[in-house]
Amino acid sequence: MNTQLRKYTFDFTAIFLFAGFIGVSYLVNWSVGEQLFETTFWRFMKEMLMILPCMFILVGLFDVWVPRDKIEKHVGKGSGVKGITLMILLAVTQVGPLYAAFPVAHILWKKGCSLRNIFVYVGMFSAAKIPMLTFEIGFLGLKFSILRLILTIPVFILIAVLMARRLRNTSYEITSPE
Amino acid sequence: MTILFIITGIVVYLSFIANKQKTRDGLKKGGMQFLKLLPTLLSVIILVSTAMFFIPDEMLIKYFGEKAGVTGYVSAALVGSVSLIPGFISYPLAGMLVDSGVGYGVIALFITTLKMVGVVTIPLEARYFGMKVTLQRNGLSFIGAIVIGSIMAIVFAMT
Repeated sequence: MNTQLRKYTFDFTAIFLFAGFIGVSYLVNWSVGEQLFETTFWRFMKEMLMILPCMFILVGLFDVWVPRDKIEKHVGKGSGVKGITLMILLAVTQVGPLYAAFPVAHILWKKGCSLRNIFVYVGMFSAAKIPMLTFEIGFLGLKFSILRLILTIPVFILIAVLMARRLRNTSYEITSPE
Repeated sequence: MTILFIITGIVVYLSFIANKQKTRDGLKKGGMQFLKLLPTLLSVIILVSTAMFFIPDEMLIKYFGEKAGVTGYVSAALVGSVSLIPGFISYPLAGMLVDSGVGYGVIALFITTLKMVGVVTIPLEARYFGMKVTLQRNGLSFIGAIVIGSIMAIVFAMT
């Protein structure tokens, strides 16, 4: 238990310092602290609180319902181009910040998805989610988005292949936070 | 965002109809994972939002702008790699930077590194992938982002 809590030392220090800073700001009506809390911090917090609980609910239900052999067959070792395509489709239809992809990566790994496909998933999640692309097209134009996508997909497949190859003969495992 | 709520709602409902016990187990598993991740998540959000709050937009325009030359590209790649800015802030910001004269090449580097490399989320990623693999993945993504950003910069410079 002690070593478990020690992992969080930095996190709890940051949380207490921040809570103290915001608390004092409100007590003395210091507008900088109040604004920091109400604008920037709250916006990030809202995004996190809206998306992550849903993600974890889906991950938990996925864990109890989806049988391992199904995942192994479609996106496991030797799933080839079809596996990559499925992972890209899964990744681009999701929403949320990159850290929402990690619990999904873990559950896919647990169910027998290949490492290469997991890295494809995390990569495409970070770079090419459709809800995000609509934003990008709106602000930077269609040419910018299409060019970026055409270049991004092969780069991430290459990165995934390299990463998987490096780890192929090791006892590497994706863990969940303990 | 709404669609995520609807999908989650439907899935939970169907699961509950099919098997109550299994649904409870699943929700418990997901909930425990969420709680274990929460402290790290909160500290990352605190660091990011505090940093973003104190860095004014004018500073970005100054460092990314036309006068900055090569420094503009380098600072765009560095700021992009380090920061974690959600799409609803980063794209309006990028649009504003373009309007104030920052080149598309610099913006391309900024956006690609921003999306592909996450220095502040490394502690979170390491909880799942381990530190070594996390650093390797982000290192490769950084190189990839530089390549993509550079090609885009060249294409935009030619057209």
